[in-house]
Amino acid sequence: MSKIIKLGRNRSLTLTKTRVVDFSTYLGVVLAFLIVNSMLNGDMLSRSFRGQLVPICCYIVMAVSLNLTVGILGELSLGHAGFMSVGAFSGVVAAMSLQSAVPSEPVRLAIALVTGAACAAIAGVIVGVPVLRLRGDYLAIVTLAFGEIIKELINCLIVGCDENGLHVIFNLDGTKTVSDLGLAEGGIEIIKGAQGATGTDTIASFTAGFILIMITLVVVLNLVRSRSGRAIMALRDNRIAAESVGINITKYKLMAFITSAALAGAAGALYGLNFSNLGATKFNFNTSILVLVFVVLGGLGSIWGSIIAAAVLTILPEALRGFDDYRMLVYAIVLILVMLATNNAQIKALFAKALGPVRRLFAKPQKGGAANG
Amino acid sequence: MEFLSYMISGISLGSVYAIIALGYTMVYGIAKMLNFAHGDVIMVGGYVSLLSVTALGLPWWAGVLLAMLVCTVLGVVIEGLAYRPLRAAPSLAVLITAIGVSYFLQNAALLLWGSTPMSYTPIVSGSLSLGGLRISYISLVTIAMCVVIMAGLTLFTGKTRMGKAMRACSEDKGAAQLMGINVNRTISLTFAIGSALAAIAGVLLCSFNTSLMPTTGSMPGIKAFTAAVFGGIGSIPGALLGGILLGIIESLAKAYISTQLANSIMFAVLIITLLVRPAGLLGKYVPEKV
Repeated sequence: MSKIIKLGRNRSLTLTKTRVVDFSTYLGVVLAFLIVNSMLNGDMLSRSFRGQLVPICCYIVMAVSLNLTVGILGELSLGHAGFMSVGAFSGVVAAMSLQSAVPSEPVRLAIALVTGAACAAIAGVIVGVPVLRLRGDYLAIVTLAFGEIIKELINCLIVGCDENGLHVIFNLDGTKTVSDLGLAEGGIEIIKGAQGATGTDTIASFTAGFILIMITLVVVLNLVRSRSGRAIMALRDNRIAAESVGINITKYKLMAFITSAALAGAAGALYGLNFSNLGATKFNFNTSILVLVFVVLGGLGSIWGSIIAAAVLTILPEALRGFDDYRMLVYAIVLILVMLATNNAQIKALFAKALGPVRRLFAKPQKGGAANG
Repeated sequence: MEFLSYMISGISLGSVYAIIALGYTMVYGIAKMLNFAHGDVIMVGGYVSLLSVTALGLPWWAGVLLAMLVCTVLGVVIEGLAYRPLRAAPSLAVLITAIGVSYFLQNAALLLWGSTPMSYTPIVSGSLSLGGLRISYISLVTIAMCVVIMAGLTLFTGKTRMGKAMRACSEDKGAAQLMGINVNRTISLTFAIGSALAAIAGVLLCSFNTSLMPTTGSMPGIKAFTAAVFGGIGSIPGALLGGILLGIIESLAKAYISTQLANSIMFAVLIITLLVRPAGLLGKYVPEKV
């Protein structure tokens, strides 16, 4: 199956199936970006769709990063939005406080994304060390709990910035307001407790979203195809066997979990800088579930599947605007039917029978693994 | 005295969580799935009991019975249509389906009854004065209800044929089937009991909150799920213990620490407990065999 391409005297490139899939993933993302960008420049997109572009990029990064935890590492996480939240608010604080120090918007955006990723990675360590000792449904409930805790903590946060630096107070009893910060003349109020971040300078752009997706792909695909990635997948497939051949469980679990958290943080920072008003309740349990749905519908472990599912399912509710009140109901029914159709043996056999002739046309000689992508 | 009244409100709130958690834990024990739609069945129960009083003019007890009936049917239908075809599927697929059912119920309720909160008349009003302490009758009813349900379930699973079949199925489905137990029917029965309990919990919860909207069930659902895990998921006494402890923690945290962080404190206690006892307070830790 694998072809060998000669690249010189001693160099050659083996075209394995995974390499082909990876290259086509990169290529597909670049092509999609070029097409959408030219449509954007040609003013061919509707206003609502234009507004969706950056969130779509954020959700793609979220889905790919969650796939690293759920699909590659094999641990169910129900609190991924918590890391997005940490990234979003730390990114907003970084971008707003550097407003005068760094005049260039792209540079400020990059700093914000890095800050968001770093803070989310720290949160990832704090959450990951205790959580990854648990297994299965217990791990799921604890990630859910951490997501809710992060949401409530950020809800209590009041942050402002003036020439003396950052001012942070923690509004435990719900009586403090922005005026308690004691900001000097000309200071900026950045996060206002339950109201969240208001008056944010929206510097996120579609191009930045594209670059973030490409960076995510490089990080995730290189990790998955590396020695560490194979160790992580070995843990997923059989923890005991992996441990018995000397794989350090804690190290590799944390590696996947923290990478995933950091990428979610970067996505959160981009998301936070796309809206002038953003509350902490945006990143609740439902957002975590939304991203999990992208991952499961796209296929566990399949990176390009996550990308397509995130893009399609973010656009779908918008496209169903015509149904108005019924759109979320339709969404729920579609979700249930897709799960039934892809997981029930009888329904699957029915589909295979109906699609048999079509499938034979595109028949591939090799047997595909379950988690290639 | 103040402390005592917070304790009592905590115990009664915890009793509601315990009743919901019983449904979660029974379903988990037998079907090994997290039924995220359970919280929304509570909401449906609340609406049915409210509307049968306001729109149909039934007395409140008939409303409660009707709510139990509707929720039982709903639970069995959900299980038959959405979960039964996925019995052999990976657990994540079942989880996503449960989330789909939860979205479906919430949005159907939104279409049917609108998003504005409806005011709910508590099934019993008034309160008892004991010295300086005032205990509302609804708290007493809730605690009594929880004790009755708990005793009933213990008797049912311990003594009756169906209850024994249920325990056998949660132990080993294949072996239970070989012994002539109808596994599908037993699972349906579990869903029926869990959903009927959810209807009772819905009525009690709405009597506490005195308002009702389509998302009413989701947060109590998550908290009850936490309670079930806290006590050891799959264990019936564990659900009771977990529910009541969480209710007390929430009530005391709201009173003495911070209203804003009450849920966080509750979840933090859960996390610490799970780190010390990975299978919950009363859960059995099953070591993996190679």
